[in-house]
Amino acid sequence: MTVRVSSHLHSYTDGKSSVEAEGSTLSELMADLDRRFPGIRFRVIDEQDRIRPHINVFVRRALVRDLACPLSPGDDVFILGALSGG
Amino acid sequence: MAKRRVELYVSTIKGAFIIKGDTSRRTWTIGKPHFLGSEANHLVRDLRDRKTLLLAARTGHLGPTVFRSNDNGRSWKEAKQPPAFPKAADGKDGAVINRTFYLAPGHASQPGVWWAGTVPHALFTSEDGGATWEHQAAFTRYVTSLKEQKPANIAETPGGAITHSILIDPRKAEHMYVSLSTGGFFETTDLGRTWRPMNDGSVACFLPDTTPEYGQDPHCAVMSPANPDRIYQQNHCGVYRLDRPGTQWDRIGLKLPKTVGDIGFPIVAHPRDQDVVWVFPMDGTSVWPRTSPGGKPAVFCSRNGGSSWVRQAKGFPESNGWFTVFRQAMKADTMDPAGLYLGTTAGEIWASRDEGSSWKAIASHLPRILSVEVGEA
Repeated sequence: MTVRVSSHLHSYTDGKSSVEAEGSTLSELMADLDRRFPGIRFRVIDEQDRIRPHINVFVRRALVRDLACPLSPGDDVFILGALSGG
Repeated sequence: MAKRRVELYVSTIKGAFIIKGDTSRRTWTIGKPHFLGSEANHLVRDLRDRKTLLLAARTGHLGPTVFRSNDNGRSWKEAKQPPAFPKAADGKDGAVINRTFYLAPGHASQPGVWWAGTVPHALFTSEDGGATWEHQAAFTRYVTSLKEQKPANIAETPGGAITHSILIDPRKAEHMYVSLSTGGFFETTDLGRTWRPMNDGSVACFLPDTTPEYGQDPHCAVMSPANPDRIYQQNHCGVYRLDRPGTQWDRIGLKLPKTVGDIGFPIVAHPRDQDVVWVFPMDGTSVWPRTSPGGKPAVFCSRNGGSSWVRQAKGFPESNGWFTVFRQAMKADTMDPAGLYLGTTAGEIWASRDEGSSWKAIASHLPRILSVEVGEA
């Protein structure tokens, strides 16, 4: 599925704002992203498996905070820096 | 023998900079920003191999990590396993690293070993030059037990619960000191398996019991390069000296002018003379402005271990200089005479090539400076 990421993460995605990754849950998707783009997961998910406070993840355009969120092929996923700096 | 050049490794709230001096330390060149936009907490050169740079960084959105360079910043690699607490058991609320605050190359006999101090209080080690980091669980268990006994004595500063001033005895790798803001000054003699507080004589002016076993707030502690048994400390409540094997801190800051006081963040020991020490006092009166007292920035130097102090302000603004120097942002080189460097909250780097007698701004308009380290090429 297609994952769209904000500019904060472009240093990991070779400058791309849209990348492909697979997984049947958000957790699996993040693991796959980390295989493709090493280091990206820890910058957005902390060591207690919580999405970092100023990162927003949207699945099917809905805000998600739980890595257990199920995913289906074709879902659109956004990993974005939250509007937290004015 | 070729003359050496000083390089400054400057960490700011918006990225890191390497500033290179010429052999006379008169002309300085500011390099391009590294990780522009990232909060760079500590950029440190490994003086053992004179090659490796480690940078602790985070951003407002992204979690904290460590970057490594083996070519003086031309290219960087991120740590494969940055400092991180272990995952808590299901249903338990586990701790999260907020930032890696302090990086220290390990003992000279242990190439590739690094130590890291974090917010919240924790220590991490790397044995592979900063690629992977291991949590020092014994230290966390120790600090947790102290907090359980006296919750107010292991606490957070406005910048979090900071672990800093990791000092390694050059004579024995197992012998180290670590400082906690707040919590105090601690010693280990078995490479961190066990710890003990060492705060006698230092004051916790913000607690009802002002002389607790632990709970003080060391802002910065340094080991004299000339004598590892001489420790200087700039504390939230005074400037102190400790001479080991003694365990009693002596408040040498009481000899500073009363109108200036002995509150500040950084403290610097001379590279060759154990009795020479510098501080940069700040206003710790009333609501704690944390600015240069009276808007008149000045370094104070003692050349007799703190028995007396001399004001060193030549070159600094004579009025309306309201900046602050954070705890990691003032350092010395090893040249003769020693050079001193300080980075301000106003984004300026000031340098002295005559042991503090005169000062010159060598960089302006940088972002707020969090730390300054010195290397020599």
